[in-house]
Amino acid sequence: MSMAIPYTVEPRPDTGLNNVKIGIWLFLASEVMLFGGLFAGYIILRVGSTDWQPGSAFGLSVPLAFTNTLVLITSSVTMVMAWASLIRKDFSKYRLYMGITVLCGLGFMVIKYIEYTSKFSHGYYPSTHIFLALYFTLTGLHGIHVIAGMGYNAYLWGPGAKMWETAPEQFTNRVEASGLFWHFVDLVWIFLFPVLYLL
Amino acid sequence: MSDHEHEHHEELSFWRKYVFSTDHKVIGIQYTVTALFFLFFGFCLMMLMRWQLAFPGKALPIIGALFGADRMPDGIMLPEFYNQLGAMHGTIMVFMGVVPLAVGGFGNFVVPLQIGAPDMTFPRLNMLSYWCYFVGGVIMFASFFVPGGAAQSGWTSYPPLSDIAPSGQTWWLMGMMALIFSSLLGAINFITTIIQLRAPGLTFFRFPFFVWAQFVTSFLLLLAFPPLQAASFFQLMDRVFGTSFFMPEGLVISGQLSEATGGGSPILWQHLFWFLAHPEVYVLILPALGIVAEVIANNTRRPLWGYKSMVYSLIFLGFMSFIVWAHHMFLTGMGSAMSAFFQTTTMIISIPSVIILTALILSLWGGSIRFTTPMLFALAFLPMFGIGGLTGLPLGLASTDIHLHDTYYVIGHFHYVVAPGTLFAMFAGIYYWYPKATGRKMSDFLGKLHFWPSLIFMNGIFMPMMIQGLAGMQRRLYDGGEIYAHTQTALHWHKVISISAWGLALAQIPFIINFFASLRKPKTAGDNPWHSTTLEWAAPSPPPHGNFTELPTVYRAAYEYSHPDHDEDYLPQFQADAQAKPAAATP
Repeated sequence: MSMAIPYTVEPRPDTGLNNVKIGIWLFLASEVMLFGGLFAGYIILRVGSTDWQPGSAFGLSVPLAFTNTLVLITSSVTMVMAWASLIRKDFSKYRLYMGITVLCGLGFMVIKYIEYTSKFSHGYYPSTHIFLALYFTLTGLHGIHVIAGMGYNAYLWGPGAKMWETAPEQFTNRVEASGLFWHFVDLVWIFLFPVLYLL
Repeated sequence: MSDHEHEHHEELSFWRKYVFSTDHKVIGIQYTVTALFFLFFGFCLMMLMRWQLAFPGKALPIIGALFGADRMPDGIMLPEFYNQLGAMHGTIMVFMGVVPLAVGGFGNFVVPLQIGAPDMTFPRLNMLSYWCYFVGGVIMFASFFVPGGAAQSGWTSYPPLSDIAPSGQTWWLMGMMALIFSSLLGAINFITTIIQLRAPGLTFFRFPFFVWAQFVTSFLLLLAFPPLQAASFFQLMDRVFGTSFFMPEGLVISGQLSEATGGGSPILWQHLFWFLAHPEVYVLILPALGIVAEVIANNTRRPLWGYKSMVYSLIFLGFMSFIVWAHHMFLTGMGSAMSAFFQTTTMIISIPSVIILTALILSLWGGSIRFTTPMLFALAFLPMFGIGGLTGLPLGLASTDIHLHDTYYVIGHFHYVVAPGTLFAMFAGIYYWYPKATGRKMSDFLGKLHFWPSLIFMNGIFMPMMIQGLAGMQRRLYDGGEIYAHTQTALHWHKVISISAWGLALAQIPFIINFFASLRKPKTAGDNPWHSTTLEWAAPSPPPHGNFTELPTVYRAAYEYSHPDHDEDYLPQFQADAQAKPAAATP
């Protein structure tokens, strides 16, 4: 018999889903638990601390973080547009929107870099205070996620896009799965921004 | 994944076929062999500890000199080395032995076969999962040789001790992260495979119980491990970047005020750790229950008693396992309201466990039992797991736990669950599916020679621990409690336990011989040597790449043994039979 794994591209009739769609959602469920654990740590440490200081005490810049929020939200919109362009078989539009998505991710990381270096230059390190420990750990782990999503999107923009010629449907599925991950990364930041900068 | 379908046209190289294979059966066997190695290694660590406990401060003859002056000068074990052995025994047995064997080994090999799938949905992720496990194992193994030795803060790695421990603890955290990533990839793969790759006609309530067990287990792995990943990041930050997530204000270490900035909470680690580690207990036991259910149905020649209530209990158990974790923390001073909540959920979770065990015992009633080697292990599992479960009740109640907490009673309790419990089920599984994996049957005589001494020595090890624990003997004591007045009456049991442990090692020799010598036998087992009903027995033994010669269709429930309308005493799921009741046909 054929060795092909069924339902890699086309949905299974009774579940209505292909394998990749289920896989990425399960992965996101575990990611929710990861960041759930991190946020739970934040709550317990903040409530239990005798010397809690908000982000403003360490000069965290709300305008910079707000700009970053807008940058990520924009990238989420262009991510959807990229996928929708593939559905409409408009590959050049896909290239454009996916390119903007990757550049937005890059812009986010540049702003993050500026923020980090300004903290270091003021002598603020993870070991300085429990708030900074949380700030660097949470934004650091989020940053790793941004880099991972950006890297995969760049691959789908560049060399990975060759698949559009050979297997357009599977390529569209990949862009969709990558988009789901990217939206999740965006969503985590939507929580991180108020928690670390405003509250 | 598209290029996967082209792979079978070309002959695979040795490396692609046996080392970097994407075939679930090869990966399953890789997991099984690696996990068996780690189980043996972890067992050896414990046998060394048992020397120190039985004969505290005495030089270990012959091999003692081999460990070097920084571990066992003149063959006498140092306390630091004892702590390393204890921490690594627990870590290795749980995270690198039993779980990879139960899920990575049996799950990988059996689940796709039992649901009639050609492979797992994501074969390359499956390979990556194994190699992450392998890398995690190598990191853990290597940590014994770094300055200061391996992790020594117990398998639970409680801070602040673990925060200030030597560098082995950092290796432990790195190793754990690799293992967690491995189990995450595995869990995603199992759930997707079970949902998507079922054969035609295989509805969820026609699943063999083992598939259900793996399904629920995968959800526990998927959702319970990430908080430990988060906790590991926190602890890594504490150790490498000098943060104080788990370092409280004003901590005094060896008479010196700690330089850490403070503000942290050691209890936070315990919450995050046990949020994983209690579901982890069910990760250890559910696949075992699955194997025992398969073996019991097959060897009593009758359907499982109460299959549906077993499945519902399993799902309920999986859900409840997420809200019992703090029963490990009654003595942390978290307050009586919290204790009351968690002891209530703990009592509730015992109900589905008892339902499953009772259903398995009732399945024996009226069966014509075949006492094959897998069946002996499965039968022994029932009372052993029963003892393990019942002795857990006093630990789950906050008031009785005050006396029993951190004593040998705890060790006896959970080892009854995982050693003569889960490990016996694992042995049952190996004897049961060995013919499918190799085409050869293992020797029944050697199997019985393995079983009976193992059963006796297992009880010789763990029953006395209950007595010691009730006497108040603390765990993790380097001298076994020699200096305490209240443990004097229970000290002599240390020798009984140690001798039983070494006897248990000898009892594994027939198994090792059987495991390897049977590979030299002719392939005479046939497709279905146990006259079983589930789908894996429709495939050739051993199954080729792609598993089935033709796609199986499922016509009925999993355990149609001794069907009244059928002449033979088993009616396989994959057999279209005109004599079967119309209601059992494919919808």
